[in-house]
Amino acid sequence: MTRYIIRRILWGVLLLILVTALMFVLFRILPAGEPARLRAGRNASPRVIAEIRRDLGLNKSLPAQFWIYMKEVFLHFNLGYSYYSSAPVRGLIAERLGATVSLTVGGAIVWLATGLPVGIISALRRRSKLDRASMGAALVLVSAPEYWLGLIALYLFAADIGRLKIFPGAGSYVALASDPWKWLTSLILPWLVLAAGSAAIYARLMRGSLTEVMGEDYIRTARAKGLSERRVVLRHGVRAAINPIMTILALDIGTLIGSAILVEVVFNIPGVGQLAYTAITHADFPIVQGTVLLGALFIVVASIVVDIAYAYLDPRVRYS
Amino acid sequence: MSMGEPLLRVEDLRVEFPTEDGVVKAVDGISYDVGRGQTLGIVGESGSGKTVAALSILGLTRAQGARTTGRIVFEGRDLVSMGEAELRKIRGNEIAMVFQDPLSALHPLYRVGAQIVEAVRAHQDVSKAQARKRTIELLGLVGIPDPGRRVDDYPHEFSGGMRQRAMIAMALANEPKLLIADEPTTALDVTVQAQILALLEQLKSELGMSIVIVTHDLGVVAEMAEEIAVMYAGRIVETATTEALLDHPEHPYTWGLLRSIPTLDGPRKELLTPIPGSPPSLIDPPSGCHFHPRCAYAQPEHARIDPELRPLAADPAHRVACLLGEAARRRLWKESA
Repeated sequence: MTRYIIRRILWGVLLLILVTALMFVLFRILPAGEPARLRAGRNASPRVIAEIRRDLGLNKSLPAQFWIYMKEVFLHFNLGYSYYSSAPVRGLIAERLGATVSLTVGGAIVWLATGLPVGIISALRRRSKLDRASMGAALVLVSAPEYWLGLIALYLFAADIGRLKIFPGAGSYVALASDPWKWLTSLILPWLVLAAGSAAIYARLMRGSLTEVMGEDYIRTARAKGLSERRVVLRHGVRAAINPIMTILALDIGTLIGSAILVEVVFNIPGVGQLAYTAITHADFPIVQGTVLLGALFIVVASIVVDIAYAYLDPRVRYS
Repeated sequence: MSMGEPLLRVEDLRVEFPTEDGVVKAVDGISYDVGRGQTLGIVGESGSGKTVAALSILGLTRAQGARTTGRIVFEGRDLVSMGEAELRKIRGNEIAMVFQDPLSALHPLYRVGAQIVEAVRAHQDVSKAQARKRTIELLGLVGIPDPGRRVDDYPHEFSGGMRQRAMIAMALANEPKLLIADEPTTALDVTVQAQILALLEQLKSELGMSIVIVTHDLGVVAEMAEEIAVMYAGRIVETATTEALLDHPEHPYTWGLLRSIPTLDGPRKELLTPIPGSPPSLIDPPSGCHFHPRCAYAQPEHARIDPELRPLAADPAHRVACLLGEAARRRLWKESA
């Protein structure tokens, strides 16, 4: 098991190196404009531009730039400096990480805490009105893009522009440390919007998985023991039905990061996603690279954690 | 309660499943008794309704949406009309069940011991430690070597025979009065089959349980059961003591079952005779005698007349549902033997 974990971590590091290399190549091939020119502003003289190019290291050959970049990232954890503000990318990300972690962790909790129970209830009351209603709603939510859902949510419930003025609107995020209550209320809508699509998918997955499990022989055995139906469902049924869902969870956590960018932009939450979005529109490569790398790191770590968790959830799986 | 009353009395039991294609009459009016300490064998092909008949005793067909009528009287209480909460106190406690495939019948994600502990604690108010001690005892009783260590194994770490032993240990957890075994040896190797049957036999005499054993294999019940009921298309077509049934079977279907068993002492070139055709649809069973389309001795009127289960004149305990005359049957069985 330990060997397996070490091997997974080494593969993860290799994957991150590949992602970094790929990004470096991509952003230099894509015709996004000359960073030095962007930075120098209008009517800059060729001399100023050349100077900036030297400062940014853009005058060196591509392989040399690549080598410097990789060395900085992996040996010094230095993600470079913004082309615009010259601020260190690591600092920019660190400042905004709290908001993004708040959003994604809370979103993931809402996602699983709503999706799984709805799926369980639907599976147990198959073809009931409740089942049909929740599966219908799930279909709508799966099909709704986050930015659209976010705008609708703001239009309906935001304190400033909403029809019902229940929750704080866009741009109301405050850090957890400064005001926990405001932090919570400002994130309720973003959490719901972020979780909606995934929760809907997971409700359907859970329904399917549990429906299948409830037909298994060991469920019949549990009933034959004289256990209460509640115990049969929760301890025997759900416990087995959750396993296949764990496997895809690792992949879907990646999707959550992508959705977080959209939600942060719609709700004007000062997070890493918003940072990335702004950087993309300004061709600020170092920031884009830094944020993509962070996302990749997150996915790699999540998938290792899920794989290890899986070995504990299913005793038949033993990694070697 | 008088001593003469059987432990379990099933009266005109009918179990139907509404499906999109129509109503499946899995059990179509069967009656039988199981005395205390007695073993009844229910024999039939796949699709004869024998498993449903077994599952319905504990109301385990309820979850599949079965409609059950008739009476299943266990120690004076009717299980068919009993509420789920009350029935749960009987399940795994006074009546326990062993299933066909022990790998799929055990939960793959829980330790074997934990699953038996759960069965103990479902009906006894004991601590986890006490239940675990009892579990280790039970595993020892059913012949699991080194039970103190194996109690913490997962089902996939057990062999097929050990899994079935563990299932039997689980069934014995609360010392049931009646054990229902649904094809307990079908999924096992032949040598292991014999061990499991010997174990059941031994436990029965040690614990004084009654057993209902459901199987397609007449050889299995011939060893264990005092009485045998042969099921076909949801009905009992012949029932008798094991001796009588094996010595002079009356129903052509029972003949077919007997001829399809290989014998060790028979000549090597002896051919097994399969019963032609396949079990009938339980949604739309054949008219008249349900067996007539597959019966070598069927007469035209057998497609119209539905035979009743009638006792033989010579042996009232031996009952058969066949339209052939008693003398004709005796002659046919002698000729074919």
